[in-house]
Amino acid sequence: MSQYQEKATVTRVEQFSEKNYRLTLDCPRIAGCAQPGQFVMLRVGPGKDPLLRRPFSIHQTRADGRLQLYFKVVGRGTDILAQKRPGETLSVFGPLGRGYRLDATSPSVIVGGGLGIAPLLFLVKENCRLKNDCSKDLLVLGAREKIELEPLLADFQAFGLTIHTATDDGSLGHRGFIIELMQSLPLPAGCTVYCCGPEAMMAVVSSLCRSRAIPCQVSVESVMACGMGACLGCSRPAANGGYTHVCLNGPVYDAEELLWES
Amino acid sequence: MGELSPGINVLPDLRVNIGSLELANPVMTASGTFGYAREFENLMNLHRLGAVIVKGISLHPRAGNPPPRIVETACGMLNAIGLQNVGVDRFITEKMPYLAALHIPVIVNILGDSLAEYEEITARLAGIAGVAGIEVNISCPNVKKGGVAFGTDPAMAAAVTSAVKKKADVPVMVKLSPNVSDIKVIARAVEDGGADSISLINTLIGMAIDLKTKQPVLANVIGGLSGPAIKPVALRLVYEVAKVVSIPVIGIGGIESAEDALEFMLAGATAVQIGTANFLNPRASEDVVDGIAAYAVAEKLTSIRSLIGGLRLPAARPQSLIPMKNPAK
Ligand SMILES: Cc1cc2nc3c(=O)[nH]c(=O)nc-3n(C[C@H](O)[C@H](O)[C@H](O)COP(=O)(O)OP(=O)(O)OC[C@H]3O[C@@H](n4cnc5c(N)ncnc54)[C@H](O)[C@@H]3O)c2cc1C
Ligand SMILES: Cc1cc2nc3c(=O)[nH]c(=O)nc-3n(C[C@H](O)[C@H](O)[C@H](O)COP(=O)(O)O)c2cc1C
Ligand code: FES
Repeated sequence: MSQYQEKATVTRVEQFSEKNYRLTLDCPRIAGCAQPGQFVMLRVGPGKDPLLRRPFSIHQTRADGRLQLYFKVVGRGTDILAQKRPGETLSVFGPLGRGYRLDATSPSVIVGGGLGIAPLLFLVKENCRLKNDCSKDLLVLGAREKIELEPLLADFQAFGLTIHTATDDGSLGHRGFIIELMQSLPLPAGCTVYCCGPEAMMAVVSSLCRSRAIPCQVSVESVMACGMGACLGCSRPAANGGYTHVCLNGPVYDAEELLWES
Repeated sequence: MGELSPGINVLPDLRVNIGSLELANPVMTASGTFGYAREFENLMNLHRLGAVIVKGISLHPRAGNPPPRIVETACGMLNAIGLQNVGVDRFITEKMPYLAALHIPVIVNILGDSLAEYEEITARLAGIAGVAGIEVNISCPNVKKGGVAFGTDPAMAAAVTSAVKKKADVPVMVKLSPNVSDIKVIARAVEDGGADSISLINTLIGMAIDLKTKQPVLANVIGGLSGPAIKPVALRLVYEVAKVVSIPVIGIGGIESAEDALEFMLAGATAVQIGTANFLNPRASEDVVDGIAAYAVAEKLTSIRSLIGGLRLPAARPQSLIPMKNPAK
């Protein structure tokens, strides 16, 4: 398993809504070996404050060595990141963690809510590369409002899977929660669910899957210092007792491996 | 004849001695910040390390604290990992074979909640191939003494030291807690107890509060502060301790660069440990070795040892060297 600490050059910064951004980096070594669902740890600046690297899912990689992140400004680190300009450099460490384990023999139901959409473009791309035909696969995306979804839709539409959307305010697709949309859809027989989104959403999606005996993989978050198993800071209660470490054993888990609050 | 002039084409001598243990250079990794070393094998050259110090090991496995265990603070971080580890027996069977095969000094950090536990762990480590030293974490609560940390009481600190010394077949380094009113008293007690060297500092106890939820950020409420924020405190403590003991002192606290490490050596440290910096830059410790070598070449030092305790104090007003009792006056 190769991991690199790479000095990446910013090649593009896209602002999709007030707080949502997409950053494109020239980062060939990490892009060259990353798997969907894996993440990178990014140092937003060279100084001592903010000190720690910030974890971000890999949104997409390209054969030309480009790596994209899709992020929301929530604090100091992401604020600094949003102000990067093409030509500036950043230290990127990755790829890290265990990504999605794609089952090419089973129809995919890919479910993303809010910023949880970030790793799914990479996943959809790989899913459709592994399968000749992904028209039976479903992509279910949810967000608070239209502007959080619309700018990303075109990228997903290129792959030909069936897309359903939900927004809290009904400005795009189903009005309401993604779980209601999922419950109303005929899910393909023998499917596997791949999910990323807010904790509460993943809890209901995993319980729906459990009740219907559908295998479900989720990508979860935790605070992190090292991202590579050295600090033991990223613990999360495991289903079989004790703790699991999100940076090493995750961020993608079989939902059954984790303890969910109900 | 350029090749013959020292400091040009001759590799600088970075060796230091921690009692009977000779290190190829003064740079070690701090316990709990470097896993069991294997995590870093593809990210740096482990053979460049002076020594590796592994995550603290207890007699029985410990699951650690509930999350959140870490939070970033200004120029530092708080951690309350809760000493999660696999326990000494699994450490010996699962982790030690890899570490021994590295052929670099491996120092095992140990912790316990009673004297008997410290003794038993040390006894189990005796004779294990590859173990070059033991570092005793005395910042742990003594269960028999109502949870008072061993490291805050001179008599208890000395007792742990001699208990470990009795069973150890390798040099013993005792790691001091900075959360005491006079660290010099503890340092001397540990030296009297038979320690071969002293390392400091462990983390400074701190806390973070979330105003929005009115709750502590860490599930454990309090945690240990580390990183650049603690470096000035660590330097001062190393300086004070090095003056009152005759055994080697190892400096720890906020070291990120060779400059930081060299400052600790001037303050009296024989060697240093790199902690939190490993999280920011997985090859931080190797970079520090490179930086120290470059410094030794640039300064034409025949041996890095010549720097230890080489602090130049202001000559004019010797009175001001004595730490002020009350700086406000
Ligand atoms: C494996 C992994 C993948 C991630 N992928 C993405 C991604 O693709 N896009 C994205 O926008 N974000 C992602 N995150 C979350 C991202 O790491 C945090 O939003 C970021 O670290 C915040 O940094 P900051 O300095 O801006 O905020 P800070 O100033 O550190 O914190 C601001 C606020 O955000 C909260 N916060 C901080 N870190 C997290 C976190 N890890 N999860 C939830 N809340 C947090 C804090 O509690 C605080 O309230 C991911 C996190 C993990 C662990
Ligand atoms: C996440 C984390 C875990 C730690 N675990 C241990 C430990 O198990 N035993 C120990 O003696 N010190 C432990 N420490 C303390 C460090 O070894 C070191 O003394 C301290 O962090 C100060 O150095 P730094 O500022 O370079 O990090 C830990 C520190 C951190 C940040
Ligand atoms: S973030 Fe350090 S072990 Fe996971």
